[in-house]
Amino acid sequence: MAGKTIVITSGKGGVGKTTSSANIGTALAMHGNKVCLIDADIGLRNLDVVMGLENRIVYDIVDVVENNCRLEQAMIRDKRYDGLYLLPAAQTRDKTSVTPFQMKELIEKLKEDMDYIVVDSPAGIEQGFKNAIAGADRAIIVTTPEISAVRDADRIIGLLEAEGLRDPEVIINRIRADMVERGDMMGIEDMIEILAIELIGIVPEDEGIVVSTNRGEPIALNDNAKAGQAYRNIARRIMGEDLPMMKLEKDSFISRFKKLVGLS
Amino acid sequence: MKSDDKKSKSVAKERLQFVLVQDRVKLTPDEMDAMRDELIEVLSKYIDVDSQKIEMDVRREDDMTALVANFPLKGSK
Ligand SMILES: Nc1ncnc2c1ncn2[C@@H]1O[C@H](COP(=O)(O)OP(=O)(O)OP(=O)(O)O)[C@@H](O)[C@H]1O
Ligand SMILES: [Mg+2]
Repeated sequence: MAGKTIVITSGKGGVGKTTSSANIGTALAMHGNKVCLIDADIGLRNLDVVMGLENRIVYDIVDVVENNCRLEQAMIRDKRYDGLYLLPAAQTRDKTSVTPFQMKELIEKLKEDMDYIVVDSPAGIEQGFKNAIAGADRAIIVTTPEISAVRDADRIIGLLEAEGLRDPEVIINRIRADMVERGDMMGIEDMIEILAIELIGIVPEDEGIVVSTNRGEPIALNDNAKAGQAYRNIARRIMGEDLPMMKLEKDSFISRFKKLVGLS
Repeated sequence: MKSDDKKSKSVAKERLQFVLVQDRVKLTPDEMDAMRDELIEVLSKYIDVDSQKIEMDVRREDDMTALVANFPLKGSK
């Protein structure tokens, strides 16, 4: 097998890289792919809790590169899908514990029996970012509809291109249709025009993401959640399907009413 | 309130475009102003540019990043 490696990155922190990595990985596995998620945020491990796998960790990525264990020993099998694995970050080490070269080697090995490797990048443009993109074939940039996040995304596009990662794609996360409609949030077209890159998905602001993170169950598992649908669509686009973008809907009167009286 | 006349989304878009011009050409706002003034100076030798209406933007295209400048002529429409 010759798997594809996708790095999820952003520049700005807190825009949804880890959430996106967990959900894209889960949705890819849902479609029958063998997937390994790599948490490249060394020192600030998070992907394990978002996936609900935190209490299964024995070894981590630094143990692998330092030969304290074999790669397979550090890979944690997901609770829900047989073909889904997580290679956790080390929590008590720093970003320099792994080099881009080691990362590349590790990914080459994983590619032999994975369909997809999804790398969750740390925020910033320093060593952690360089490690995360080292073995990547494809990059997905996450941004939110805010000036600072889009600006950092633009910076990242330039850096990725300088590293030979051409044609990155973008996920616009935390879009609120009601705010776009009343003119208080930049719209999708505006941001795509400015960044001049391909859109691979839009993810609405969704409280369900907080709930699912609380439970350690990625929202892609939830058939009824909008954000879950959004991530399942992104996974299918990654697999090469040509799907139309999701329609952004304002909360209907009925659903607002339901929320008001506590029915949803 | 005057500042509320314009939707915040348009303000955001304009401000974003402005910072990206600087980021993409790696110039400071002062350097940008200086470049603009010099461009006006050179162009004014030959044509009548309306310096109030100049627009500069840095666009990323398929395989290059380009500085796109618009110098409207005075009295033209
Ligand atoms: N679409 C969304 N709707 C609601 N909340 C969201 C959404 N996307 C992300 N969040 C929340 O935003 C917070 C930050 O998300 P996340 O940890 O995925 O970002 P990150 O980019 O990985 O951050 P860091 O840069 O610190 O690694 C989390 O609390 C997450 O639950
Ligand atoms: Mg993160």
